Amino acid sequence: MKPYARKQYWNAPTMSWWERAYLFEIVRGLAITGGVFMRNMGRWMTFRKGALTTYYPEETRADYARNNRGKHILTQRPDGRPQCIACNLCATVCPAKVIEIEAGFDPDDAAHPKYPKRFEIDYSRCVFCGLCVEACPEDAIRMVKEIPDLPGFDRADMWLKLPELLNWNPHSDVAKPYPAKGAGAVAKDQG
Amino acid sequence: MIQDLVVTAVFVGYAVAVLLLFGTVLTWVERKQAAIMSDRIGANRAYVRIPFTQVKLIWLGLFHGLADGIKMMLKEDFRPNSYDRFAYALAPWVVFTPVLLVFAVIPFGGMLVPSTLFEGLPSVAAWFGDRTYPMQIARVDAGLLVVFAFGGLTIIGTMLAGWSSSNKFSLLGALRAGSQMISYELIMGLTVLGLIVIYGTVDLDAIAREQSGVLLGFLPAWGVFVQPFAAILFLTAAIAENKRIPFDLPEAESELIAGYFTEYSAMKMGLFMFAEFIEIAIIGALFTTLFLGGYNLPYMTDAGFALPGGRAIAVPHGAIVVTQLVVFLAKVMLVSSFQILIRWSLPRFRWDQLLRFAWKFMFPLALANLLVTAVVVWMLQS
Repeated sequence: MKPYARKQYWNAPTMSWWERAYLFEIVRGLAITGGVFMRNMGRWMTFRKGALTTYYPEETRADYARNNRGKHILTQRPDGRPQCIACNLCATVCPAKVIEIEAGFDPDDAAHPKYPKRFEIDYSRCVFCGLCVEACPEDAIRMVKEIPDLPGFDRADMWLKLPELLNWNPHSDVAKPYPAKGAGAVAKDQG
Repeated sequence: MIQDLVVTAVFVGYAVAVLLLFGTVLTWVERKQAAIMSDRIGANRAYVRIPFTQVKLIWLGLFHGLADGIKMMLKEDFRPNSYDRFAYALAPWVVFTPVLLVFAVIPFGGMLVPSTLFEGLPSVAAWFGDRTYPMQIARVDAGLLVVFAFGGLTIIGTMLAGWSSSNKFSLLGALRAGSQMISYELIMGLTVLGLIVIYGTVDLDAIAREQSGVLLGFLPAWGVFVQPFAAILFLTAAIAENKRIPFDLPEAESELIAGYFTEYSAMKMGLFMFAEFIEIAIIGALFTTLFLGGYNLPYMTDAGFALPGGRAIAVPHGAIVVTQLVVFLAKVMLVSSFQILIRWSLPRFRWDQLLRFAWKFMFPLALANLLVTAVVVWMLQS
């Protein structure tokens, strides 16, 4: 029986004399790094971006998925008030219990007398599962692809409140006519 | 007499300003160059806000060096429970001062003739009379020897720092620094010997002047073309002498925390870092003077340009002086940038490889280079 020989699973490291002389390989390495430097420097000098880095938070990454679950927004009625009817379904379904809604009564609006006086989301605990969007019967809460501007110096900054949630103003929306800024835009959209 | 004093004071001020500027700017260059080489943007968040406005000056992150400096000034000056407080406090200065002193003998410009320079101001021109000054703080015959003498002092500083820190990491770092710097100092000396044989002088200004000639009818007589091997060996040995990657074993973070300055904090540690960055510029200046034609452009002398075709172009003295100052700084910057390129490209040696590289590879090569040079010079002379 032959003695056991350990199987060699890798290629023995072989270097040519060229590589072993080291100096040439150094020059090659320097040429690579120097080449990258010159290329990127050329891009910067011609007012293009010579880096793979995304400036954060000034820039948003271009490679978010189309249906990425990012920041929450509240959709609005044509008059700019939230579409939300303060039914609390999203707050109930939320696994992280981050949504707080305080309902208000508006006797002037006969069709939607119940509205959210306070609608707050705690982003320090939100798990971005999207269940609130699923639960909403009125298409009042959605998640857009952009991520929230999270960093802050205080835990209190992590709470997004009505003004931030209501500043979503798309030019057009597949689901419904949407108000742009101001009342004049409303008429244009509906017309 | 008082004129000499004024001119020397101006030179000293210029040299100190240039060195400190290089020390701070090179930290920025190192960051930015490393970032650009690796497809990043680099430090760009530190800013100076103009008071009472919201205007924030970022200037490509130039203020990060300032922020570093302020941070080092404000940090706690920690002192280890060392048995030798004096040596501990002295060591950063022993490292820092010789680095500055080396620049005293390096010529950063050609001959300055104040009477020609101040032609528009007859009183100043008359005050200077027919005095001329080489743009160099100390015109020493033994220029190169002074460079090596001060370069050798740095070793004492690192050893002092290591010994007096009462820390095994520091001690190991100091031992490594000592053996490494002595080894590579020797190689630096040997490589430069070839140049000394050719130029027949150790006066740096004379060496720089010799290089404004022409080789083979068209090539500028720079040290790189006369002594290409010596140039490569010199730069390698100089980087090793400066203890930077790939030769940064005395301060190898992954092995020795920070090596011989582990126990130093605040501005004392800052002095070590600052000395390292200034030494990059010093190496650049030395390399420029010895191998890249010093402060002159190719075919350029103090009088103007002497092109290889035999044509000579006279240039006014003021323009020559400015050109020489700028060219010197530009060359130093280029060599410094090349050193940073090396620092961000190559991996660190192992300790035994480092010493073997010095004694079994570079030492014989330097000797061979010297031998060949000597033989060729002897044959050309006889």
